[in-house]
Parts: sequence; C-alpha cells; structure tokens
Amino acid sequence: MSKMVPVPSAGIIPERDLNSSPILEISHLGITFGGLVAVEDFNLVIGRTEISGLIGPNGAGKTTVFNLLTKVYQQTKGAILLDGVDTKGMTTVQVNQLGIARTFQNIRLFSSLTVEDNVKIGLHNQYKYDTLSGILRLPPYWKAEKQAKERVRELLSIFNMEHMAKYKAGSLPYGAQRRLEIVRALATNPSLLLLDEPAAGMNPSETEELMANIRKIRDAFQIAILLIEHDMSLVMGICEGIAVLNYGKIIAKGTPEEIQSNPEVIEAYLGKQKEDGSDA
Amino acid sequence: MMKGIKKIKKSTRSNIITYGIVVLFFIIVQFLVMTGRMSSSLRGQLVPIAAYIVMAVSLNLTVGILGELSLGHAGFMSVGAFSGVIVASTLQDQITNAPLRLAVSMLIGGILAAIVGVIVGVPALRLRGDYLAIVTLAFGEIIKNIVNVIYVGFDSNGLQMGLNSAKSIQLEDGGKMVLNGPMGAVGINRISTVTAGFVLIIITLIIVLNLMHSRSGRAIMAVRDNRIAAESVGISVTKYKLMAFVISAALAGFAGALYALNFSTVVAKKFDFNTSILVLVFVVLGGIGNIRGSIIAAAVLTVLPELLRQFNDYRMLIYAIILILIMIATNNEKIKNFINKIGFMLDLKTKNNVNKGGTAK
Repeated sequence: MSKMVPVPSAGIIPERDLNSSPILEISHLGITFGGLVAVEDFNLVIGRTEISGLIGPNGAGKTTVFNLLTKVYQQTKGAILLDGVDTKGMTTVQVNQLGIARTFQNIRLFSSLTVEDNVKIGLHNQYKYDTLSGILRLPPYWKAEKQAKERVRELLSIFNMEHMAKYKAGSLPYGAQRRLEIVRALATNPSLLLLDEPAAGMNPSETEELMANIRKIRDAFQIAILLIEHDMSLVMGICEGIAVLNYGKIIAKGTPEEIQSNPEVIEAYLGKQKEDGSDA
Repeated sequence: MMKGIKKIKKSTRSNIITYGIVVLFFIIVQFLVMTGRMSSSLRGQLVPIAAYIVMAVSLNLTVGILGELSLGHAGFMSVGAFSGVIVASTLQDQITNAPLRLAVSMLIGGILAAIVGVIVGVPALRLRGDYLAIVTLAFGEIIKNIVNVIYVGFDSNGLQMGLNSAKSIQLEDGGKMVLNGPMGAVGINRISTVTAGFVLIIITLIIVLNLMHSRSGRAIMAVRDNRIAAESVGISVTKYKLMAFVISAALAGFAGALYALNFSTVVAKKFDFNTSILVLVFVVLGGIGNIRGSIIAAAVLTVLPELLRQFNDYRMLIYAIILILIMIATNNEKIKNFINKIGFMLDLKTKNNVNKGGTAK
C-alpha cells in the first residue's frame, strides 16, 4: 500500500536519515488543567518531509497536542522546537508565521465568505500591503491582489477546486470543506502541516483520494505533515512513522508495521484480554 | 454594452450600483430643491439624512463586518459633533471659506472620535457579544454626561475651557460661549450643506467598500466568521478588531460634525441611547453587513416621520407599525426568495446553492 517516497529525515524512525536536522522536536511536553494531566512527558521528533500519524483512543490528548503546538494552550512543562526555535511563550499568530499551520477537527472555515476569500485570508501574511493602500487602491494593492489571486488558483488546483472559487465556503459539501481547510492552511506557507482528522466524514473513495493528495502535497511543498486520524487504512497507508497516545502518554512509536503488531497498542484499542478470554 | 458590464467583477459591479444610487438620489434632490418642489421641512431633513446614512454605514462596519454589537455609536457622533463645533467657531476668522472650514471641522471631529475609539476600544474589545454591547452603551452615556458639564468659551485670548459651571471661565468683552454645558452648543454658524453631506457619504462608501474588499477587510471578516481559525492563519484578532472599531468611530465623528454644523444649537442629549438604537435599527433593517441596505433604511426611516406629519398625534404609532411590518416582510422566506430571484436575474448575488440539499454538519 505504502508508496516509495523520498527519504525522510530524522523522524519517528531516526535511522532513515541523520544528516538533515528535524523540523519539529518535542521534548518532555506536558500540560495539566487544574488537577487533570492531559499530556505528560510527550516526546516526538519529526523529519523535514515526513508524514507522521498521531493516533490513540478518544480523549487520549491528541488534539491537546495540536493545541499545544499551535499555542492555543501554553505548555506547563517541556519544550517545542520548530526548526530549532523554541516556541515557548509565543502566540498562535507567531507560531503560524514561524511555519505551523493546521486544520480543525470540527471544520472552522470563514463560512460566509467565498472559497477564494478563504484562501486569500490564508495568504494574509504572504502578500502584504497596508490598509491605506487598500482603501485608496494604490499600486501595492493591485500588485499584491493580482499575485494573491494567481496563488489562490494554484493552491485550489491541488484539489481541483478552481471552479468552486466563487462559492460560499459554508455552502460546500462536507468533503470539499475539509479540503478547503487544508488549502487555507497551505496558503500560510507552513513547514509543518497539522491535520486534525482530515478524513472524518469522508466516504472510502474520498479517503483514498485524500491519501493521494496528502502525499502529493508533501512532495510538491516539501513539508512535514502530522495528522490525527481514526481511519486506520489512511494512517497505515500513508504515515511513515506513527506515535500512539493513551491517557496523555506515548505508549508506542514506530513504523505502521511495528505499531500494528504492538501488544500495548492492541490493548489500548481493544482492551486487555483476560485469562478466560473475555474483555476487561 | 451588457457584455462589457458582465466582465466586471461581481463585487465591483455591486459597488458601482451602490454609488449609482447615491449619485442618482443626490441629482434628484438637487433638482427638486432648485425647482422649488421640495417642502421646507423636508429640505431641512437633507443634511441629517446624510449624517444618518454615514452613521448607519459606519455602524454596519462594527456590527455587520466586524460582527460585534455596539450600542454607543451616538457617543462617537457626539465627540465629532462638539469638537467640530468648537473647531468651526474657533476658525471662523482664520478660515473664511465656509466649505473649507466645514471640511477642517469634520476632519478634526473625526480624528478626535477615532482617538476616543482607541481609548474605548482597547479595553472594551477584550469583551465579546452582550458584554461588549453593555460597555459601549455605558460609554455613550458617559460621553453624554461629560459633554453636559463642559463649558467652552472663545475670546481674543483663544479657547477657554471649564467644568461644572459657566462661571468657571471668564471671557473678555466680545468673547462668546461655544459650548454651554447642558444647554449645549449655541450660536453655531450653520455651514453644513447637502453637497457636503453627499461628499461625505461618497467618502464613507469608498472607505468602507474598499476596505471590505482588501486584505485588512478580509481579515476583519475572518475574525467575525471564526476567531480561532483567523488566529491559526496568522491574523492578529486584536489588531483588526480595533481597526474596524476605530474606523467606524472616525466615520461617526465626521457624521457628528456634519450634523451639528447644520443647526444653530445642539445639545448633548441629542446623542443619547435612543440615537444609538435608531442607527442600529437602520443597520438591522437594511440588513446586517449590507451597506446598500443601510443607506436606504437610513434615508427612508429619517424621512418617514416627516411624511407622517399629517397624522399628528398618531405619527409615531404609525411609524412603529410600519417598522414592524417592514421587519416582518424582510424576514419572510417567500419575500426573501423573491428578492433573491430578482438578484439572480441581475446576476448580483454570490452563488450560494452548490449543495441544494443543505450542508451536512
């Protein structure tokens, strides 16, 4: 199933390439909400062009990890290094400018705006001009708008969505909304793309297409992708490295094959087998 | 010809129609005034209509484009009105050209309103929804009460300001009071004109419509639609919220100066909660986020009480009934669909029916 891909750099499976430095290094990351330990001693390294998966049962803390990476929450312990830069104390806006973009588990589009405008908003920090130029329609406005429009078309073409440019984002079918979120995230020119359940609500053929597109994005943009997903065919099909989270802790890391045969993982998903054979 | 029009971008075409409506109305009004076919009471309403249109469009920037409810918009109008009056009286001898003096007064009124907008906006915009609405409501009342205790006089020594009573400032002979506490601004030289109002409306439209279709405007709308997603793509929520709020305040300041310089006396009570609500009614009735709707609603609802004058005591009752009927009509599905159909025929509306069965959520 898994296609041969360009060699990823030091990642979840470090022996692949030690020459290039990783894009993301998370060490001893932890957060507590009051007395609740949501994530504890989380360690993960992701290579520059690696597709990695973060899996685990519901409530394991996967989205919390995303929220820590994007600074929706500030960690109480540990460090996150993006391309060697410690993101501690940064805001969501700052880490985005540093190179982390994400999608959301429950779609968060600018639903009253057009598809084109949604992507243009993603390009906010790529093609800049000041407000006054915008109001007075000065040359910087025309130049940046023209460039942005071309870029929007390029980005939409990844998913063959160019013909939808003028539709309202909120009126798109569910699958197209998920794809648009990915396009919008890509528009911010990230080096690490976080996908929170990209295949949720998609039918098998759409999932299949999405898998091909995720690979295509990695190859075209040369970026790292970390995804949370419950659809095991997708995770096992495209991820080069997988980390399994349970109760806020990583219980296993490795290649899809290693994960599939790991007894701890099977236990976390299916429950412990008692001696008499019934589930605990 | 039609093909040429169709080639223009949809949003641009929609904007041209909005400008066209304003220009057309201005020409009709000028024609009626020049041929003497307009009653004097209606003629007296023209500048206030222009001021209210600007108020409605500027409030729509806060309520419709930014998506935050403000109940103190008249407060910014008040700041612009009284600072405009003070500037106009002070510069009476320096700038003898009345339109220029009006422009300078309006500009300074707008700038001061913008400064107040920053002062109010920085702390208040941390709040959202109902809480922000209540804070802005309080702000409107505070401004009213502050203006009520300010006394400003003008003599050969320049401007003098005092608090609490007229005795707090001593004017030389020949000096005059500009702002007289609860009695408001008195003896204003009426320099506002319908043409000035028209120019202000056009400027307001250029600012608001161009802003909406630019990088900053899209950022403002992104914050409205989804704050968390906006942050995730690198948009500073605080910056763009404040930007929308301050531009909105500045435009209200311009409108205030235009409004005040149309009357010989203006009191602070004029810019109270009721005025804020009246402007909000224009915005809601015209359609939240719909600039053209705001213009039409402001014009119609300002003229309406004048047209209903023949009903004497029942005037406001009929006004209220008409308001309710319009609200019901504009919220009726069938009527909405009908308007949409006309819109589609003119090819003006954004296509929003990709998925006819409704979106899965």
